[in-house]
Amino acid sequence: MRRVGIAGVGLVTPLGNSPAGVLASVRAGKSALALHPVFPEPYYASLLPREEVSEPFFEQVSLEAARLAVKDAGIDPADPSTGFVLSSIKGDIQHFGQNDVSLAYSAGRIARSLGVQTSPVVVSNACISGLAALVQGMRMIRAGQFKRVIVVGTELQSPFIVTGFQSLKALSVEPCKPFDAHRVGLNLGEASAALVLQADEGEWELVEGAIRNDANHISGPSRTGEGSYNALRAVLPHCDKKDLAFVNVHGTATVYNDEMEAIALNRAGLLDVPVNALKGYFGHTMGAAGILESILSMQALEAGVVLATRGFSELGVSAPVKVSAQEQPAVGNSFIKLLSGFGGVNGALLFRKGGSL
Amino acid sequence: MKQVSIPCGADLTQIYRQEVGDYPKFFKMDVLSRLGILLTERLVAGEEGRFQPREDRAVLVFSREGCLANDRHYVESMKDFPSPALFVYTLPNIVSGEISIRNKYAGETSAFVLEKYDEEAIFALVRQAFQDPVTQSAVVIWSDCASDTEWDARGWLVEREEL
Repeated sequence: MRRVGIAGVGLVTPLGNSPAGVLASVRAGKSALALHPVFPEPYYASLLPREEVSEPFFEQVSLEAARLAVKDAGIDPADPSTGFVLSSIKGDIQHFGQNDVSLAYSAGRIARSLGVQTSPVVVSNACISGLAALVQGMRMIRAGQFKRVIVVGTELQSPFIVTGFQSLKALSVEPCKPFDAHRVGLNLGEASAALVLQADEGEWELVEGAIRNDANHISGPSRTGEGSYNALRAVLPHCDKKDLAFVNVHGTATVYNDEMEAIALNRAGLLDVPVNALKGYFGHTMGAAGILESILSMQALEAGVVLATRGFSELGVSAPVKVSAQEQPAVGNSFIKLLSGFGGVNGALLFRKGGSL
Repeated sequence: MKQVSIPCGADLTQIYRQEVGDYPKFFKMDVLSRLGILLTERLVAGEEGRFQPREDRAVLVFSREGCLANDRHYVESMKDFPSPALFVYTLPNIVSGEISIRNKYAGETSAFVLEKYDEEAIFALVRQAFQDPVTQSAVVIWSDCASDTEWDARGWLVEREEL
């Protein structure tokens, strides 16, 4: 079976669009989280600037991130062996009632604007969408369907999503505190993040990924961390634990998510591995999170560090997880990206830096 | 491979009473989840070991419209009081979660949106899902809803050796 490498990255974030610049901002402790006092009640979120918005904004930011990744990879999207996968939960929902806001319609427009000749696939698997889209791209290459796959994850915030999370009482009225004893909820975020996956080439390899369901509740995490643990259990045999530099967790800073992840990490025997969460910099970027947080994790490991968990100060979960409160040197060349979402879905994806494949 | 469908506009409550009957959670679900539960019932009813927790069965759901039929209900509720009970169904993958909970399937669950019904594209994705060595069978659902009463709903039960 073919190995799957990473050929290019692209970012559009409230902390900027240059991967090196975004990493520098994160390492300096900057956050794009800000209080948005007006609609519908005050909430903290990390939102993209909208001074010169051309509509539909969802397509524009997705295209920008994809084009940056394509340029970085130096590929021609019109090559017929190029696939396209979009990850988003709500897409262009802010224009509901005005336009065709289906994810299928947006994906088709983005793919064709890029010049992609093949049919787009949208992965919309709640908050693990970005990770699941990377797993899908990996499978397409392994199956020989495509030589390379452009994977783009994008989420924009709108009254639809903000009121929904407010109705669930999941939003924090202050900057989020992943894994902290005083965490009170999540912050929403906007971003677009793209990776170009390629067969048998790249400094980074997508080694193995798994998706597992809790089979427990559609909007509450499992009390036993079942799905998250099972996803970890599926990827860990592909990893030399001594080479595992960190686990980049979901870390939404809701009481139940972080506790569930701690239980899963404990069951998977990962209490001695550094853990970090990046929601304190970007908020929860939903369909972009799996890709955005993977890119930041790759860059951090290239710089030889485990990024700090902004917002964390005092451990507030039942298992003694090794949360990286401050930036620290990284030991090893691999990391695991972990995510969980509504519908009881969980995902784990193992990345390895290993020189050229 | 076993294939089932539910005709557009069929009385889902009547199908539930005739073919399920003991899962009242059904009544709080949106139309996509109701269709998914009923299609799955038609695929696996009477199966040996039914309701034994298992990790070797995936649930893969496909559509063109995603969950826009339910999004409309949530948008309506926003005008008055945003409903958390409606909001949780505004995700295309919730149906796969409902099928997993009902049937105790702890394997992979994934939701895909395609530009149109395309059996070749669907089964290419299904075959790729079997790259996960734990997955031995999959409930595959195409459930595309224009509204609460208009749909194209089909299901397949796919075993690894049938691919």
